[in-house]
Amino acid sequence: MTDNNSKPCEGTLCRLWTVLKRPSVTYSVGTLLVIGFIAGIIFWGGFNTAMEMTNNEEFCISCHEMRDNVFQEYKNTIHYSNRTGVRATCPDCHVPKEWHHKVVRKIQATNELFHKAMGTIDTREKFLEHRLELAKNVWRAMKKTDSRECRNCHNYEYMDFAEQGRRAVAQHSRGLEEGKTCIDCHKGIAHELPDMREIDPSAVVGSN
Amino acid sequence: MIKKLSIALVLLGAAGLTLAAEVRSLRGHVDLQEESRPPEPKRFAKDGEPIPRDYVQQPPLIPHKIAGYRIDRNSNKCLSCHSWKHYREAGATKISQTHFEDRDRNVLANVSARRYFCTQCHVPQAGAKPLVENTFEPVKAISAD
Repeated sequence: MTDNNSKPCEGTLCRLWTVLKRPSVTYSVGTLLVIGFIAGIIFWGGFNTAMEMTNNEEFCISCHEMRDNVFQEYKNTIHYSNRTGVRATCPDCHVPKEWHHKVVRKIQATNELFHKAMGTIDTREKFLEHRLELAKNVWRAMKKTDSRECRNCHNYEYMDFAEQGRRAVAQHSRGLEEGKTCIDCHKGIAHELPDMREIDPSAVVGSN
Repeated sequence: MIKKLSIALVLLGAAGLTLAAEVRSLRGHVDLQEESRPPEPKRFAKDGEPIPRDYVQQPPLIPHKIAGYRIDRNSNKCLSCHSWKHYREAGATKISQTHFEDRDRNVLANVSARRYFCTQCHVPQAGAKPLVENTFEPVKAISAD
């Protein structure tokens, strides 16, 4: 207690700390609690609102890297336009739904901000050059999480094989047996594929 | 002579006009002033057993939907099941050996560029009835019955 008097504060931080440490003399504990509670709601709500704002398609395609490349390709796929009009937008597949996974992904996204600033893929040519690497990053992440984001909508357990085509039944039952995950087979369903010669040479012309 | 020729030309022209008036589209006649109704979109057969060939050289028909199957320089969706590497596990028909030859009959290790774009020859089926009557029948030597 006597420390404060014996060592007078010099820096701004130190002075702030002294103020914070001192018990309140004017406000009741109740007032402080209520203020703290309200401030908490505002901060927490604000934090989540801000996070949700970065979690929609409009935000994703506000950068030309996304709008002119992957978004254009996605517009031709079933996740954009289909008979029932149910859509999966960018964050539905690329941002986890559970809170803590989502926050981890959002923190990882700072790396994307860094590359945005560096202009790593700011032209079509640069994008195509990095396409395989970028695709592999997403495939790796999906493999690691057992295609968690796919399973927010598609789930083996609720698939009615009787409603599926002959080929789909055969492949899905085999996949289920072998413990495969969605992305093992369903690559390139929402975007065009990169050069696949290193992943499946049998499906690329001119590869051996 | 010139007179005769011009008469012939006029007659020909008149005949042409009457003929032209009778030309009608097989897809239904719509007057120039009217707006035509778009035809019903064709629905492709979702999935089925292989379709028998009607003649020996016929490229086999695709008995399933291929919507969204991209074929480009980077990859060929068809080959992810029909290639020699995958046909067994996929339960698909494998591409024939002819697909590995270039135009000079050199045999390549993988599918040849001239046979890479499957839909140039192989097509899915949509239950579209022929617009003109067709009496073609396969020869007995290849038909099943």
